[in-house]
Amino acid sequence: MLAEIMNLRKLIIPVLVLGLAIIFGLNMNDWNLNQSYFNNMLKVDNFSVAFSGLAIFVTLLVFILSTDYYENQQNHISDYMTILTFILVGALMMFSFANLTMLFLGIETLSISLYVMAGSKRFDVRSNEAGFKYFLMGSFASCFLLFGIALIFGSTGSFDLAKIADYTIQNQQNISPMFYTGMVLIVFAMLFKVSAAPFHFWAPDVYEGSPALITAYMSTLVKIAAFGAFYKLMSVTFFYTSFKAELILNIAAILTLAVGNLMALAQTNFKRLLAYSGISHAGYMMLIILSAKNQPAGALFYYSLAYALSTIAAFAIAIPVFSAAKSEDIDTFNGLGKKNPVAAAAMSMAMLGLAGIPPFAGFLGKYYIFTEALHSNYFYTTLVAIFASMIGVYYYFKVIIAMYGKPANEANVELTFNFKLVLWVCLALSLAFGLYPAPILNIF
Amino acid sequence: MSRNLALVFTLVQLGFTIFAYTVFKAEGAGPFDYMQNWSAKPFINVHLSMDGMSLLMVMLTNVLLPLIVLSGYNRETNRMHVFYSLMLFMQFALNGVFMAFDGFIYYIFWELALIPIYFIAFNWGGENRAKVTLKFFIYTLAGSLLMLFGFLFLYNGSPANSLEWSSLVANPSCSCNQSWLFWLFFIAFAIKIPIVPFHTWQPDTYQSAPTQGTMLLSGIMLKMGTYSLIRWLLPIVPAGVQEWQPLVIALCVGGVVYASIIAIMQRDMKRLLAYSSIAHVGLISAGIFALNRSGIQGSLVQMVSHGLTVVGLFFCADIIFNRTKHEEIEGLGGVRLAAPKFAAWFLIIVLGSVALPLTSGFVGEFMLLFGVYQYNTWLSIFAGLTIILGAVYMLRMYQKVVLGKAIKENMVFPDLMWNEKIVLVSIGVMIFALGLFPNPIIELTEPILKTIIK
Repeated sequence: MLAEIMNLRKLIIPVLVLGLAIIFGLNMNDWNLNQSYFNNMLKVDNFSVAFSGLAIFVTLLVFILSTDYYENQQNHISDYMTILTFILVGALMMFSFANLTMLFLGIETLSISLYVMAGSKRFDVRSNEAGFKYFLMGSFASCFLLFGIALIFGSTGSFDLAKIADYTIQNQQNISPMFYTGMVLIVFAMLFKVSAAPFHFWAPDVYEGSPALITAYMSTLVKIAAFGAFYKLMSVTFFYTSFKAELILNIAAILTLAVGNLMALAQTNFKRLLAYSGISHAGYMMLIILSAKNQPAGALFYYSLAYALSTIAAFAIAIPVFSAAKSEDIDTFNGLGKKNPVAAAAMSMAMLGLAGIPPFAGFLGKYYIFTEALHSNYFYTTLVAIFASMIGVYYYFKVIIAMYGKPANEANVELTFNFKLVLWVCLALSLAFGLYPAPILNIF
Repeated sequence: MSRNLALVFTLVQLGFTIFAYTVFKAEGAGPFDYMQNWSAKPFINVHLSMDGMSLLMVMLTNVLLPLIVLSGYNRETNRMHVFYSLMLFMQFALNGVFMAFDGFIYYIFWELALIPIYFIAFNWGGENRAKVTLKFFIYTLAGSLLMLFGFLFLYNGSPANSLEWSSLVANPSCSCNQSWLFWLFFIAFAIKIPIVPFHTWQPDTYQSAPTQGTMLLSGIMLKMGTYSLIRWLLPIVPAGVQEWQPLVIALCVGGVVYASIIAIMQRDMKRLLAYSSIAHVGLISAGIFALNRSGIQGSLVQMVSHGLTVVGLFFCADIIFNRTKHEEIEGLGGVRLAAPKFAAWFLIIVLGSVALPLTSGFVGEFMLLFGVYQYNTWLSIFAGLTIILGAVYMLRMYQKVVLGKAIKENMVFPDLMWNEKIVLVSIGVMIFALGLFPNPIIELTEPILKTIIK
């Protein structure tokens, strides 16, 4: 606001990017500190530091993209950037909560900001639809979450994660049904937030309708935040009782893998394709949630990182392509291999990364997840995931085939410096972590 | 420019390989071992090593690559720099597959080899390339993922939590698991080789890929599969191999007969060669699954021989297509009159392919059939059909295309150009040389085979 009054709009994003870089450094400074804040409402441990670092980094990349994306919408830029920053705040709360109320606050901060951003193309019907749909369904899921938290409070007398875990261990024989009901309701809400089937119906519509940049943000940061929180719940609080929800989670994982991959096959809109691909990646990450008892946080972190890098790289090319072609179909990529070979090569790398082909980080991410799942004896679920990755190749290659095999359309695609920067940073990191995974994988 | 550079690089590689061979001769496998920890958890080592069998395959790769690059001279290729860099990338991955001694690294190289060949076949391919190459990619990737699952299972079950080749060999999984683990690996390799009934991707891909891509695929890449059978499948799931041996060997031999008969029916030259290739590799796999020394030894000789002949044959087909724009076997003829040198070298390679004595094909097929014979007499009779049927389709093709009078009017068929001469002559000489002196190959691989078949 102040910036707008002083007519400093041009400065907003650079200042934000700089600020985020500083926060990134400060966050890293907390490594190995393990401190609690605000009467044990927030707890900063290595898990939260690592995931917060990833979230801040992703936000940084998206903000760099937003300079060019919002170039022609300068009059609302300060609002947009504020709301986007709020999303990050919500995500950070979701990584470091030590108390269920804090989890709820984090999820709501993130979600409400997202509802607004999903509908931020005010004169576009689809964007309005996306915002409204997301709002209705999201608030429904929040009700589930709140009700679950209330039931858990009713049976344990505490919101504190550690105290709830203590309760489950101390009262092993007589945990009240109310507790399990609460846990399952929370699981449902989290399944909604990570867009796992059968709670995934909002994702394709919302991804398609939202502005492309918000879709990129949604499919990376928000998904990672939801999985971070989900994982923390399952590994810190419910590790002892999670076997009661095991069947639900297992079915959800298999359904998510099947629905995500099978539905993606038929998509013609690129954003819908990435939405379903996001759902299928949620399915792979569900394997980690399933085996949360064995503390595979490293694998989750590595996979999130790999997924985020490839997805942002894909959007860094898709956004200029969309704006040049004024359409968001896969057809807009037709003949990109001839028009802009560098961009096409980069897009191929991003798609190969998402499909999980070595040497990109996506492959190792999958490898670690499958190892963890087999280690926890989820034999058949892993097999389903293997078959799912086969199907996955087909739709990622649809984009590659469009770029190299179809005749070119007229639209002229030029990547600006910021997009190129983000693109190559993502791909370089994806390749680097794919070849040298040790520092990330053994982070915990 | 990029083509010359690629040639220089492949020749340098060839030089190094020959150097490695002399070192190997003098000192054995000792110097060729590189091991470096890549990741502590999950435990992965970058372990590259060379024993006689690896060295043989590496030599095959690096001998063929300069020839494949050379065969692209005097041909139009657009965006040559991309094409040849993909080819060199392919060479890197292939060498990696043959040298990897850690299951994980091996898997990575195995997958890496798929990416360049996909783009080569897709970007420079012929009709229907999008559909055909996607089928090829998904088919082979499906197999690879099954193999990945197998490796993951072995990793979790192994006492050392490692995919190191020697530790996998030393601690095989319990035989209850091996019976299904076998199929995970076998299907992956069978798709790559391809063994009937996993072959349906192959003829289309060979036909639509650019000739140099087809040479890579048929000459070297399918050897990845047969090599992996010996290197990985036999030692790490021995009980599974024993259990399924009768079924698999019958599948291989059945595939030999089936592919030969289909080859006889083909009208398109490249498709005929594709099916003949299925028949030959079917026999190679049958020899491997006979699980005796002469079968496996023969398969190694035949892998080299088949690599040489199939590259030569596809090149001859390309030469004919390049001059006449004619893909069919019918309606040509009279090439001999116009280009006698070409006809002569073509004949030598064809004879190598139909396993005439004194050619390398004869040594290989003889040992293979002997191996199968030791396993089961009746099967060897069926497998032996490949020589007869092979002679039928190969010689008939040669006769129709090269001999007789020219059917096509105004056919302009210049004789061999310099690069074509080099490629065909070196392949022809090697076919004869290995036919007369197959001993180097046998000496190279004998020690390692002794450890694999106890």
